[in-house]
Amino acid sequence: MSPSGAEYIRKIKSEIAEVDPTAAHELAGNGNGVAFVDVRETDEFDRGHVPGATHIPRGYLESRIDGAVPDRNQHVVLYCASGQRSALAAKTLQELGYEHVESMTGGFTLWKDRGYEFDVPRTLSPEQRERYSRHMLVPEIGPEGQQKLLDAKVLLLGAGGLGSPTALYLAAAGVGTIGIVDDDEVDLSNLQRQVIHTTDRIGTPKVDSAQESMNAINPDVNVVKYQTRLDGSNIMEIIEGYDVIVDGADNFPTRYLLNDASVRLKIPVVSASILGFDGQLSVFAPYEGPCYRCLYPMPPPAELAPSCGANGVLGVLPGTMGLLQATEVVKLIVSAGEPLIGRLLLYEALGATFTELKVRRDPECPICSREPDEISDEEMGVFPDYEAFCAAAG
Amino acid sequence: MAVVRIPPVLRPSTDGAKEVDAAGNSVGDVLRSLAQTHPSTESQLFADGGDLNRYVNVYLNDEDVRVLDGLDTPVGGNDVLVILPAMAGG
Repeated sequence: MSPSGAEYIRKIKSEIAEVDPTAAHELAGNGNGVAFVDVRETDEFDRGHVPGATHIPRGYLESRIDGAVPDRNQHVVLYCASGQRSALAAKTLQELGYEHVESMTGGFTLWKDRGYEFDVPRTLSPEQRERYSRHMLVPEIGPEGQQKLLDAKVLLLGAGGLGSPTALYLAAAGVGTIGIVDDDEVDLSNLQRQVIHTTDRIGTPKVDSAQESMNAINPDVNVVKYQTRLDGSNIMEIIEGYDVIVDGADNFPTRYLLNDASVRLKIPVVSASILGFDGQLSVFAPYEGPCYRCLYPMPPPAELAPSCGANGVLGVLPGTMGLLQATEVVKLIVSAGEPLIGRLLLYEALGATFTELKVRRDPECPICSREPDEISDEEMGVFPDYEAFCAAAG
Repeated sequence: MAVVRIPPVLRPSTDGAKEVDAAGNSVGDVLRSLAQTHPSTESQLFADGGDLNRYVNVYLNDEDVRVLDGLDTPVGGNDVLVILPAMAGG
């Protein structure tokens, strides 16, 4: 006669090792590198779990355990609500060759009853879980990374060529607060590349147009609009409090000003620039890597700085470079991968080539060789009389 | 001969060439050789005293020559020099 379910579980329990919550708690506290694996369902895990536990619902155990606990000699403590599902899971891990597996008796219920600490994670709504489901499946992001994105504040300098794709994708990715600084209005000549704007919004402020497109993709994003031009009098107030700044400015004075202010406030800047078929990209993380002035101590004169006037650019190019910027922003927020700090990436579209150059901190940098509180308001954005130079060059 | 990569803003001075071969055993020699062949690059690369203009970044392969020996940095036949201007387009 086939065994009942209860008999089957009893039999399994006789074939595996079990651990009492008190002993498990001691194991957790003595730093011996025990891996706690919670095999309950997502809603149970979200209501509270052992601190540091890895969540693998029992139905996914076989497919996910290798990624979570690759070492078969690792000491693993499995738990569920009461110790039944974890007993079955322990049997499975034994069969998969795990040498030191225990099921916690009484499960999380007894752990909590004994007053041991537990974490209650902030959870995403069902709608958010669905919207960001493809992020959930990426180990480098997952629910924790998505929560970081939702909590993040990113400031975009410019809702133009670079800012358009960056804004759209960061909004789609669920960056919770996105500020946009731009004093311009949508012009017909923008639409060859500034894909956040539309023909029927010509003449409207770019910040309004950008907000409409971003919220159309993701109504959860809080868009903060700054319809102004950054200058020495407003920059500190505007950028303070942001986690990351995306530099898509179209002129040198703003780029130097932003650099100096962001160093003072220790805010990383994901910087890109474009011209013709060429793009440049780097991440300037104050005091961790070089700053913009370390890379470019001086701006070029007007004849070598076409940004002084209107210039041609391949319409697709800011899309390419803006999305590389957006990627670096997401990496910084979720702390994934190797950010482009101390490296400059050059993209040359005609030849379809990428070149990477090293960027070093300049020990004599007029800005980042000093402490933030040594940099005065008057020093920010200072360099040879560039605006006058540009004006003279027409 | 080293290869010198020419940025877009200097290409009008090199008849549109993106890369120019130039002879020399140091960064300074290679760039002066480039300036001899394409004279209008000279004022854009060099200041009056013969030093590199401060707004011109030059890389030997992937390293900024400012952290090497500047214009005296030795250059081999297979090396690539990258001339890099700041750009501000957004």
